[in-house]
Amino acid sequence: MTIKRGRGIASVNYPIGMNLGGDPSQALVHATPSGKFMVTLSSIDLGQGMKSVTRQVAAETLGVPIEDVYVDTADSDTGPHCMGSFASRGTHRVGNAVINAAEEARAVLLDAAAEKLEVNASDLETDGKGNIQVKGAPSRSISVMDASGAAQFEQGKTVSGRGIFFVPRNYPDPETGAMQPVTCYAHACTVVEVEVDDETGVVTMVSMKSAFEIGRAINPAMVEQQLVGGGWMGMSHALYETTEPYYPNRDHAPVDFSSYLMPGPGDICPIDLVVLERPAPDGPYGGKGPGEMCATPPIPAIANAIYDAVGVRVDELPITPEKVLRGIKGMSQTH
Amino acid sequence: MEFRKDFFADERAEGLKEVGHIRQRQDAVGHVTGRTKFFDDKKTTGLLHLKIVRSPHHHARIRNISTHEAERVPGVVRILRAADVPENIYTMLSLINVGIPDEPALAFDKVRYKGEPIVAVLADSPRTAHEGADKIRIDFEELPAVFDVEEALKPGAPLVNEYHGQNHFDYDGYSHQKVRLGDVERGFQEADHIVDERYQMSPIEHAPTETQGCIAVPSDDDRIDVYSNTQALFFSLDLSALILKMPSNRLHFMGGTVGGGFGGKVDTLVEPLAILGAMMTGKAVRHSFSRRDEMRAGPPRGAERIYIKDGVMNDGRIVARQMRIYFDAGAYSRLSAYGAVKAAAHCPGPYTIANVYVESYCVYTNRTPSTAMRGFGVTGVDFALEVQMDKLARTVNIDPMEFRLINAYRDGDMKAHHKRTEGAALIECVQAVSDLAGWQIDPKYRSYSSRQPGAAPAAAPSPASQPSASAPPPPPPPSSPPPGTTAPSASSRISSMFRRGR
Repeated sequence: MTIKRGRGIASVNYPIGMNLGGDPSQALVHATPSGKFMVTLSSIDLGQGMKSVTRQVAAETLGVPIEDVYVDTADSDTGPHCMGSFASRGTHRVGNAVINAAEEARAVLLDAAAEKLEVNASDLETDGKGNIQVKGAPSRSISVMDASGAAQFEQGKTVSGRGIFFVPRNYPDPETGAMQPVTCYAHACTVVEVEVDDETGVVTMVSMKSAFEIGRAINPAMVEQQLVGGGWMGMSHALYETTEPYYPNRDHAPVDFSSYLMPGPGDICPIDLVVLERPAPDGPYGGKGPGEMCATPPIPAIANAIYDAVGVRVDELPITPEKVLRGIKGMSQTH
Repeated sequence: MEFRKDFFADERAEGLKEVGHIRQRQDAVGHVTGRTKFFDDKKTTGLLHLKIVRSPHHHARIRNISTHEAERVPGVVRILRAADVPENIYTMLSLINVGIPDEPALAFDKVRYKGEPIVAVLADSPRTAHEGADKIRIDFEELPAVFDVEEALKPGAPLVNEYHGQNHFDYDGYSHQKVRLGDVERGFQEADHIVDERYQMSPIEHAPTETQGCIAVPSDDDRIDVYSNTQALFFSLDLSALILKMPSNRLHFMGGTVGGGFGGKVDTLVEPLAILGAMMTGKAVRHSFSRRDEMRAGPPRGAERIYIKDGVMNDGRIVARQMRIYFDAGAYSRLSAYGAVKAAAHCPGPYTIANVYVESYCVYTNRTPSTAMRGFGVTGVDFALEVQMDKLARTVNIDPMEFRLINAYRDGDMKAHHKRTEGAALIECVQAVSDLAGWQIDPKYRSYSSRQPGAAPAAAPSPASQPSASAPPPPPPPSSPPPGTTAPSASSRISSMFRRGR
């Protein structure tokens, strides 16, 4: 028995948003008289952090601290339309809709402040701490709270904004496939190291090292959560999971988690990550979305690492010990 | 996790106050203290439980359905059959005018996959719902089934889905989506080596912690409140309204906490029947997948079969790439017709290749319909492409990392779908991983940049493959629906795939 080590690489790109567009999302933003903001969406936070992405984007655009913004989602009576949380569209589509709405609300806020300070709104800036001040003369300022209160109780203005983001629907040419699938792509490269037991065919993950270019990491902690989770999901897809062990035959199908194979805590490996940011011109602060892409490159990288280790190509997923061992035995018979 | 701020620094504004910083999630406290509410936390009185009777066969004609015995089970309140569903035949993407209605909410004349819903039993407890379901008697006449995508496309294969009349989706009169750039045959003739391979993805489960489910509750304003874990609130609302032929504003969807989605909670499989049950009984109805439902009747990731034939030069340049993709939709379209186009659009990967020829099929088989999953339309293509890239590199004896840098797309390069590349960053990702993993590459590759033209020949569409300027003009838009139409019927939305103008 020998444990053989190998490394493999994969590099990919990922389309951001629904293929061929045509998938709008909307947002509403409004302020209370005390200058606290509410972002209203119908978008879904799957746990990936939709609420936090939109909250940070709204706070940045409004120019107020994040504590002054809350996001309400997923009620069809109050939230305007959103196509949904899929196709790596949340950050890009909904983030842009929120910027759109927040800019409109911010303009009303600055107008109200300008009237109080007797200056032009274009001469004003926010300090991100809850104040609006004259550019170059920060002593001439008014709080967001006072400006919002004045707008609503003195000037009769609603401090609110509507936003929509929409990439127009594109139609592929049926003869040539000429089309505009998406407006931007994220990128990734992964190198994995594995050990393969040539007596059992068992593959053990040693390390996974990846670089991801995602436009803008809007919340680095949530980016990391996605990238690590995606890494595990990819290795699980490569080595363990299937609903049809003898595909296309439907027999011997798993029905629960005792028969559906997945890695346990002892089967995963350290994941090292590097993030690059090449902002998308039409992304919210350049943001694209790492969530879907990150589960993909581990799969071919692992297949390639197994070949590097023992010279066996398994081109059918999942790469089970049985398939690896059959490959090894097949090689030794031909030698 | 570390940032490599040295890449693309001149394209990026720094100094943002909230964006780019770690901030605690708004929902973090609820999640870690267990206070977050999920759909199943909705408290109601008189809740009914919905249990589906499913097909035990892969493909069969339904001869007779008998519900008499089930109706007599104490606690069984109502039994739903196909005739109770106002617009029983639908297709999910009718909302964006893709495809034709091809799937029943409840099967009536035949079943096309093992696990297909036929009857729904509403009862006052999960136990009585199961007991009622056990008493439903259905006579089937088994039909020959087809499971393999390539077998399904052969003449004489059993017809899976009569609504399509053939075992593949129709793309504007073609059996597949095409992508054409340059001349692959000429590319193969020029190539020093040909590598021709076959790849097979596995279907997998989304495996969410929380299975798909909803509770539909008649509300005090004579509407139906729907507590759902859908990934797409309005998608599910509008599709439910369409299937139930009701004004969409009679539905009030609430959701937003999803115990794992990954694409599996887009299909809107639980809401329509729960709402229908609530409307017919006046009571709240819970419809939630068991783990077994989720694993077998719930849609998996589709399993693509992909053939790639490449022509590669001794210096590492790929000069031609031909791909044939079979997307296993299962018995119904769901999102697969869209996914197969997304797969075609993704070819030939993030590489610049002058000659590309792609055929992408959406194929019907007698399996559980597949659906979107993290990486939909892309994951399978990338698995095939990136293993193929490794084989090519070894064929010409070039380091696999350097091989990718030689072929990586760059700004301005022509893509197979006839658009110029913008915002490329593959080269930089490979360089960053070279540093991170200590994988040595020749210093000359260090100077490569996505923003500078590369050594790869600038691909341009040949005149023959240019989108024709003399193509017939798009059909005029249809006349608006007659006034008073509350929700367009599925049949009025029929259009062929992605055709302009609807």
